[in-house]
Amino acid sequence: MELSAFPLKRKRVHETYGAGSTGFAAVVCAGLHGPVIWITEGWKSERLYPVGFGAFADPARLLVAEAQGPDDVLAVAEEALRDGAAPMVVMEITRPLGLTAGRRLQLAAETGRTTGLCLISEDMGSNAAETRWHCTPKADPTPLMDSTLMRWELKKNKKGTLGAWDVRWQHTTGRLAVVSASRE
Amino acid sequence: MFDGSTRRVVSLWFPRLASDRILRARPVSGPFAVTLRQSNSDRLHCLNHVAERMGLSRGMSLADARVFCPDLITRPAELSHDLRFLSTLRRWATRYCPWVGHEGEDGLVLDVTGATHLMGGEMAMLADMRMRLVRAGISVRIGLADTRGAAFALAHFGEGVAHAGQMLDGIGELPVAALRLPEATVVGLERLGLRKIRDLASSPRAPLTRRFGPEVLLRLDQALGHYPEQISPEAEPPHYGVRMTMPDPIGLTDDVMAATERLLRQLCDKLKAQEMGARVLALTLRRVDQGSQQVELRLASAMRDASRILPLFARGVAEVDAGFGIDQMRLEVVRVEPLPVQQIGQRNSERKEALDDLITRIGNRIGLENILRFLPADSHIPERGFITAPAAYSRPEPFPALTRPRPLRMFPPELIHAPAERTPPRHFRWRRMPLRTLHAIGPERIAPEWWMADEAWSTGIRDYWRIETSQGRRLWMFHTPQNPGWFVQGEFP
Repeated sequence: MELSAFPLKRKRVHETYGAGSTGFAAVVCAGLHGPVIWITEGWKSERLYPVGFGAFADPARLLVAEAQGPDDVLAVAEEALRDGAAPMVVMEITRPLGLTAGRRLQLAAETGRTTGLCLISEDMGSNAAETRWHCTPKADPTPLMDSTLMRWELKKNKKGTLGAWDVRWQHTTGRLAVVSASRE
Repeated sequence: MFDGSTRRVVSLWFPRLASDRILRARPVSGPFAVTLRQSNSDRLHCLNHVAERMGLSRGMSLADARVFCPDLITRPAELSHDLRFLSTLRRWATRYCPWVGHEGEDGLVLDVTGATHLMGGEMAMLADMRMRLVRAGISVRIGLADTRGAAFALAHFGEGVAHAGQMLDGIGELPVAALRLPEATVVGLERLGLRKIRDLASSPRAPLTRRFGPEVLLRLDQALGHYPEQISPEAEPPHYGVRMTMPDPIGLTDDVMAATERLLRQLCDKLKAQEMGARVLALTLRRVDQGSQQVELRLASAMRDASRILPLFARGVAEVDAGFGIDQMRLEVVRVEPLPVQQIGQRNSERKEALDDLITRIGNRIGLENILRFLPADSHIPERGFITAPAAYSRPEPFPALTRPRPLRMFPPELIHAPAERTPPRHFRWRRMPLRTLHAIGPERIAPEWWMADEAWSTGIRDYWRIETSQGRRLWMFHTPQNPGWFVQGEFP
């Protein structure tokens, strides 16, 4: 069984929302090599916990940029996407993205041959996004310490079909297994 | 005129360097002393005239000094500042001759051979030195002789001029201590009745060397000019600054960047020759109307590659208001770091350079200290299991493998209303969501680190649980048995 738009298409910016969006971003980071630039706003009290990130990828790969406001987040993201020195840029968006901003990010990612991922809230997405994922943690009837069961729904896909999958991330082997595909 | 055979050396001794330096900035009329902490007690390091006249002396303990002189004003010594002050004086002294070196911690030695006639003769030069130093509030004692040793002896023990070729007449009456000998040797010589330098010069040489070692006669010969002694001038520290004056004012961004490139190339050549790299650069743009604007560039790593640094200036230069035009530019390295030559051709280094450039560019927008890297830390406390460090000033370190479940997101503990039991609650509300516990894995007990005062851990030990709810959310909760309560501190993916 295959996910239809995963691994994420390179040279594009994608979006994810829901309670499991950070986990989704971590899985995407695990699938790529090289440094990851994680852009967030400095005032937030809810932080990425690097020790826990170690279940997905080496936390030493992370570079966290703390911007002062939503405008700075976008400016830094565009700079990082265009540069191409880091193959993956994750940004935490707190304000709905306009069409111009979304398109600029896409162009920057195309120039720099990088992958962008916006962590958004629901209904905050931009039309320019390549894919949009709704990720939620899923209760596991038989919990295993080294695996995480998640439900990923593909809500938007510019070039392909939509879908919903239950996936399991295995910490020890570091791979993603699709448990079942489910249609709504 | 200089006849090519004899040297003339001036020795300047600043007996009150430390106190003069402080008193220049804030004059005090009464007794004043600089104290230095030596083996657990404050001792007088340097004092002014008034304090000396009241019976105080160097090396006296501060408590004793206060008894003699209750209204003594003191300041702690700053040896590094004194050294810098002496370097400033050394630079000033190059107005008399180019050959100036340090003599100990409070003196200078000048080789004025062939330079005295420029100031109107030896005596005129000494008078000029004294006049300028006294006017600046620095007490000085000057000796002039043919050799460094004799000049030192005169400066410290007699103040005067020894005429050319007559060293023994000039310093013969001075005590043997003037020869820069260790104290034990001086005491030994005095015990033998050799109190003056003339006595020492006329006594047989072989027994002296056998008794006191070769140093006594070496110093004597150096002072009398039988044995050479060199003066090493201090090299000026390299200055990393270049400037350019335009015949006509410029205003276009491209023009300014082109001029910056020229300056940068000159600067980088200099940095390369010295094996140094720039960390912080400042570009000052002087406008026609005398206003000036500065573009500061902080780099993520030390660099000296002009073609890499130039694009990083683009953002700063674009923001400059050129007004009626810019006619003077100055580029200076504010902070240099050693950057040894490295082997090129490794694939990884190119990638690292690209990342450093990116960090610099982002850092110029949001501040270089806001780009952080995680480094592992040795602590069981979850909040202290890592440290964040600015990426520009740290190297990545691998984290140890994860052995226990740890959340991906962490936040300050949030209290939930639940019965104060040791087992996790079956139902609870968190962030206005009703949740039901499906599985609870734990407890993992973590005790506070008693050697570190931490307000957040004042509630004592914590029992951490991984709670899986039937709604899907996986929370990291803890219970504080010593202070019953349930808190949510993190969330698993």
